[in-house]
Amino acid sequence: MYWDQSTETMERSALEALQLERLKKTVDAAAQSEFYRDRFASINCDPADISSLDDIRRIPFTTKDDLRESWPYGCVAVPKDRLVRLHSSSGTTGRATVIFHTAHDLDAWTDILARAMYMTGMRESDVFQNMMTYGLFTGGLGFHYAAERIGALTIPVGAGNSKRQIQFMKDFGTTVMHIIPSYALHLTEVFEEVGVDPRKDTSLRIAFLGAEPHSEKTRQKIQEYYGVDAFNSYGLSEMNGPGVAFECPERQGMHIWEDSFFVEIIDPDTLEPVREGDEGELVLTTLRREGMPILRYRTKDLTRFVPGSCGCGRTHRRISRITGRTDDMLILKGVNIFPIQIEKKLMEIPGVGNNFLIILEREGYNDLMIVRVEVLREFFSGNLKQLEQLRRTITEELRSDILITPRVELVEPNTLPKTEGKAVRVIDNRKD
Amino acid sequence: MIANQISIFAENKPGRLSKVTSLLAAEKINIRAITISSSDEFGVINMLVDDPEKARRALAAGGLTVNLKPVVAVVIPDRPGGLDLLIRVLSDQGINIENAYGFVLESWEKAVFVVEVEQVEKTLEILEKNKFKTLDAEALAAIEPFHYMKY
Ligand SMILES: [Zn+2]
Repeated sequence: MYWDQSTETMERSALEALQLERLKKTVDAAAQSEFYRDRFASINCDPADISSLDDIRRIPFTTKDDLRESWPYGCVAVPKDRLVRLHSSSGTTGRATVIFHTAHDLDAWTDILARAMYMTGMRESDVFQNMMTYGLFTGGLGFHYAAERIGALTIPVGAGNSKRQIQFMKDFGTTVMHIIPSYALHLTEVFEEVGVDPRKDTSLRIAFLGAEPHSEKTRQKIQEYYGVDAFNSYGLSEMNGPGVAFECPERQGMHIWEDSFFVEIIDPDTLEPVREGDEGELVLTTLRREGMPILRYRTKDLTRFVPGSCGCGRTHRRISRITGRTDDMLILKGVNIFPIQIEKKLMEIPGVGNNFLIILEREGYNDLMIVRVEVLREFFSGNLKQLEQLRRTITEELRSDILITPRVELVEPNTLPKTEGKAVRVIDNRKD
Repeated sequence: MIANQISIFAENKPGRLSKVTSLLAAEKINIRAITISSSDEFGVINMLVDDPEKARRALAAGGLTVNLKPVVAVVIPDRPGGLDLLIRVLSDQGINIENAYGFVLESWEKAVFVVEVEQVEKTLEILEKNKFKTLDAEALAAIEPFHYMKY
């Protein structure tokens, strides 16, 4: 049941000793890059000062802006000819960031992601359909090589072309899929349209859900519709990509691979560590990367440590589902709102379909939140009153949760915008 | 007799109704009656057509959200007081009309009044007792546009 038993079940003291050894090596390596050399010099920090894990707090945080400003090669810590690949994060806000890998880095990344996939029960006998964009985005190639390392038959079908996805699932007997959760919900419509029942007509048994935060209810919907066990995964391109943290079969939080990352959770305002178990911003340091080591990277993702040990026997700590991002927090009339909060509430209401969109408008001096909600096809009974009742229910449920009365608009199924299969959740039209 | 009304969920934006009518035209489905009830941004299009099941399939394949619903289509005299007669009977018996619309079959002779009610069976009983004629899907399909024949 373990891919790498000695690492996965390592005693905490041994794991921490390994972390310290790798942290020292990483800080040393980082000092070879232009960016960290300047930074260490500016604060009089010497890599030799690191003698315990707590000493990491002497090193300043690294932010996405730091990575952008060091574009293109400022954070590279090895001679360029040792680099074999680059990946880039989507530049949805500002310029993209780029991450470089040596052959060793790719090997280590593939190793922890294969470890994670094996942990969920995937084996070499499986047929793996990777429904993610290949290319600069890490979700495609990352999972691809890890699945091959396990020895599974890997179908690099990529994103989109829904009817072909379904055809492949049937014809090749796909057992494991990697899919964006909102796309998995969208695809149910296509299954209906072509008259294929994934529970009866396919051999699907495992789904990896990634690249997008989603609620527990969404996971249940996907499990129910496809007849699979769905596993949540976490990753970001700055930390390789997928495979940073992954759910085990217990599915009580995601094990974060502490042999590969040093994990901190901080209060984003005070920058001090939160109390164990409290929510805060995840801060990660690479421990196994030589091409482009990153120290104390502020992920902007909000999570907390899950207390206690896990029934699966792994000693690596678990983090909870990401509850939001410090930068996708919407501030409306002084209230902080995360889109995932709204998704969670909506998915609990019968009659709500697969997608929603939040639009923020400014009317005079007032901020207005419009929530467009797709109606579930099966819910429609031909009665306008029933729709109006649904709208009232949604308005009331959201109001009681976020303390703001949104304007709810019901829209037809499958009409809200998507980019690359990823749902667009927020449009902010407020002009400052 | 029970007739089937086809209902479509549609946002209030340009082109939605024409999408419905063009899908039906392509399948050569005849619309006998149509009404639209709407709220601010969305509404429901209700229709009586000559082949409700075929219409449902065509509209669903076109990506629309459709529902087929039993309604009562009552034949009433097309003259002042004709509708009043029907409404009085129904309200005396405590039948609550959720939605209704009508169309003329034969000018100054006959009209059809379509009612959506919760208690379809009970409504049919009451109408029968009071000598009202109701039409089913087949009868609706068979109706010739009598007003043309008057020419
Ligand atoms: Zn576990």
